[in-house]
Amino acid sequence: MANRTIRIWRGDQSGGQFEEYTVDVGEGMVVLDVIHLAQMHHANDMAVRWNCKAGKCGSCSMEINGKPKLGCMTRMGDYEADEIITVQPMKSFPVIRDLVTDVSWNYRQNERITPFTPRPRDADGNWRMYTEDVERTQEFRKCIECFLCQNTCHVLRDHDKRDQFVGPRFMIRIAQLDMHPLDTVDRIPATKEEYGAGYCNITRCCTEVCPEHINITDNGIIPMKERIVSRYYDPITMLARKLFGGK
Amino acid sequence: MLDVNEIQTITHDVIVVGAGGAGLRAAVECSRQGLDIGVVCKSLLGKAHTVMAEGGAAAALGNVDSRDNWKIHFRDTMRGGKFLNQWRMAELHAKQSPDRIRELEEWGAVFDRTKDGLIAQRNFGGHRYPRLAHTGDRTGLELIRTLQDKGVHSGISVHQECTVLDLLKDENGRISGMVGYWRETGRFVLYRAKAIIFATGGGGKGWRITSNSWEYTGDGQAMAYRAGAELMDMEFCQFHPTGMVWPPSVRGILVTEGVRGEGGILTNSEGDRFMFKYTPEKFQSETADTVEEANRWLAGDKNARRPPELLTRDVVARSIVQEVKAGRGSPHGGAFLDIGSRRPADYIKKKLPSMYHQFKELAEVDITKDPMEVGPTFHYMMGGIRVDADTQMTRVDGLFACGECAAGLHGANRLGGNSLSDLLVFGRLAGVGAKEFIDANEGLPEINHDQVRGIIRSATDILNREEGENPYLIHEALRDVNQDFVGIYRTKEGLTEGIAKQAELKEKAKTVKAYGTSQYNAGWHEALDLGNLFITCEAIARAALLREESRGGHSRVDFEGEREEWGLVNIVCRMGDDGNMIVEKLERGEDPEHLAKVAHATLEELEGSNG
Ligand SMILES: Cc1cc2nc3c(=O)[nH]c(=O)nc-3n(C[C@H](O)[C@H](O)[C@H](O)COP(=O)(O)OP(=O)(O)OC[C@H]3O[C@@H](n4cnc5c(N)ncnc54)[C@H](O)[C@@H]3O)c2cc1C
Ligand code: SF4
Ligand code: SF4
Ligand code: FES
Repeated sequence: MANRTIRIWRGDQSGGQFEEYTVDVGEGMVVLDVIHLAQMHHANDMAVRWNCKAGKCGSCSMEINGKPKLGCMTRMGDYEADEIITVQPMKSFPVIRDLVTDVSWNYRQNERITPFTPRPRDADGNWRMYTEDVERTQEFRKCIECFLCQNTCHVLRDHDKRDQFVGPRFMIRIAQLDMHPLDTVDRIPATKEEYGAGYCNITRCCTEVCPEHINITDNGIIPMKERIVSRYYDPITMLARKLFGGK
Repeated sequence: MLDVNEIQTITHDVIVVGAGGAGLRAAVECSRQGLDIGVVCKSLLGKAHTVMAEGGAAAALGNVDSRDNWKIHFRDTMRGGKFLNQWRMAELHAKQSPDRIRELEEWGAVFDRTKDGLIAQRNFGGHRYPRLAHTGDRTGLELIRTLQDKGVHSGISVHQECTVLDLLKDENGRISGMVGYWRETGRFVLYRAKAIIFATGGGGKGWRITSNSWEYTGDGQAMAYRAGAELMDMEFCQFHPTGMVWPPSVRGILVTEGVRGEGGILTNSEGDRFMFKYTPEKFQSETADTVEEANRWLAGDKNARRPPELLTRDVVARSIVQEVKAGRGSPHGGAFLDIGSRRPADYIKKKLPSMYHQFKELAEVDITKDPMEVGPTFHYMMGGIRVDADTQMTRVDGLFACGECAAGLHGANRLGGNSLSDLLVFGRLAGVGAKEFIDANEGLPEINHDQVRGIIRSATDILNREEGENPYLIHEALRDVNQDFVGIYRTKEGLTEGIAKQAELKEKAKTVKAYGTSQYNAGWHEALDLGNLFITCEAIARAALLREESRGGHSRVDFEGEREEWGLVNIVCRMGDDGNMIVEKLERGEDPEHLAKVAHATLEELEGSNG
């Protein structure tokens, strides 16, 4: 056990400031444990979201020393023993209180996406799909909706293009449906016109922060962009391939 | 006096409390039946406990071994539950699970595949054949995301981060609505409905070592109890044999049974595969008795019997405790679970990716090379709200329950994978039951304003008092009491002391204080949940004290082994007129002959006989 100091942003829409808490940190603890200790002993009313404490639910997204991370998967041991750790809410979403932000915009994006529409079942009532066919779509289904990628994408964060671009999380949701072997919907026109695929300029910042290590850009967004290109601007497909470096 | 008409009011035909697998499946069913439906949940949509489920959902699809069928699934479930399950629920579950799984595929779920392109199934403890439909080791995520997307496009209204405090009843004793508060603002909300379905999950947060999240404070059980419903089988708590034990901050986090299903073995500090010593007599004819046979099973020999690591969870959990007590435990008081020497690294990463990450990132162990250290963790409540097997209605008119918060399917011990399928089967049936109830009982019941005011007053008292107890510290103390006195091994003295200590803490909790405002105030939320946890834990301890035998998830050191007379009764708890808890035996009645025949048949008699 050792005493560690952690700075946590406290406040709401009207403003706030960092508060310092010193707590006794045990072996193997993660940042979320330390926040909970501060909450239990010094600040009972501190707001923080969490559920699984094992990187499975995507509730505990926050910015730790400026980096978007899951509090439950970030070990204190990853920082120097005398390093002060600073924790603040995700920047791109309106703060509700302390570490909790309003992520409802994301849920509205999901509602805009045309639902999965499968082809009819085989004669025996089953659907046949093979491992090789589902692997691509399964990668995207690992998403735990932590929205760290949405928080990081500069199109949303700095340029505030929320009306035009659904963001990386939902680009892979669309890619997932598009690559699903059973889905029958043509998703290319909407991906171009409504969901704003064109706004992404492939900086790969979203991929870097994804705690599920989903290859958002290379496996999801770029193939979708390629499909748009070959549908709408076929003659320059070759050039686009070079530019986007796709497969 | 508070004017109830000024409180925000939300009205639906049916309101489901809980957005896990059971709640969402119930809501989808209600919407399919043409009802106006609302779902209320404490967390954000998609974050309920179901998201954490790893290993799979059990259904006798027969895709991997065609000898499987509903009868064998039914038989396994009854045997696993030590014959205290509700016969009819086990029957419905075994018969309907396959359709519920196939239906998920229709809504977009992507399960792992067999070579023939069908839904793959994996082995799990207590299941005779590979039966668990799965997606790697994140099956719960697949299930909840599928239902969430289906729900979003079915016109279901979701009221998220809203906690329900208590139920309301009209003068005829029918459920009329409930009062809740928005976590974000602390504002109260009045819900009105013709029927209410509880799908609120379990109460593992009463224990020090648990795989459960903060949401698991037994809210549904406690609210239903206060409204007059019965709680059944509460003494049966599932301690999952393999929780993480090191480092301390992750103690209790689950290691899926899928590790053993994929061939993982348990060893002690002497390198001995100790489970061979602990096979109960009843399972001896179906369990391998040599390492050689167990290895043949792993290699795919259909004539070899299953390894003892895949015995039911109650048996494996107790065996690990015995080994540790005998001084043969791992360095941090558990057993070793080894998959790295049994399967190639690539296979492990493909089939158990989140276990690989969990150990790598939280414990710095590479499970493809080194064994894990594991030990029992409070995981699941077999007990819960007593419901009618066909309609899922409780004893209170208009109140339904399904999923982990309901009792009946699992009896004294749940088989792994039977929860996810339980959610789907009984979530759907609760939706059907609620629709039938509404058709037969028209009209929106009246709200009693005094009840509303009473609920709000006791909630705001916690904020308004000048000073008082710290809710977190009371919760911590309660977890220690239950861990020590209402744990895996129980005695009369221990339980009696535990009940007394629970009562002391409950008394203390009456003056609990939350500082700050009502806006997203975690301390206030903690204090409010605590009241429910006390009721759930008390019911568990009292039922455990009454049952003088050891069966499934209930082990009494002072009453070893199953006793015939206790196989004839379930235990129910309900609130007496004086507010005290009444705990009594409920006769099970005659066994239904047609089902008893199936449950007691030999495997040969049942194999390949679907229908
Ligand atoms: C780590 C882990 C792994 C597991 N793996 C498996 C597995 O492989 N196979 C299997 O079959 N089972 C597994 N289980 C068990 C299974 O996941 C659960 O039993 C099941 O998901 C419970 O689902 P549910 O729908 O009943 O409730 P939950 O999914 O727990 O949902 C409860 C809902 O109720 C809401 N709620 C509760 N109280 C209130 C209130 N007062 N007001 C408003 N809302 C409220 C919550 O917000 C939540 O939305 C696992 C469990 C854990 C913890
Ligand atoms: S790659 Fe595209 S979606 Fe991802 S962060 Fe960059 S701009 Fe945003
Ligand atoms: S894609 Fe990755 S970062 Fe984005 S929401 Fe999903 S899990 Fe989080
Ligand atoms: S608490 Fe679930 S991801 Fe961190």
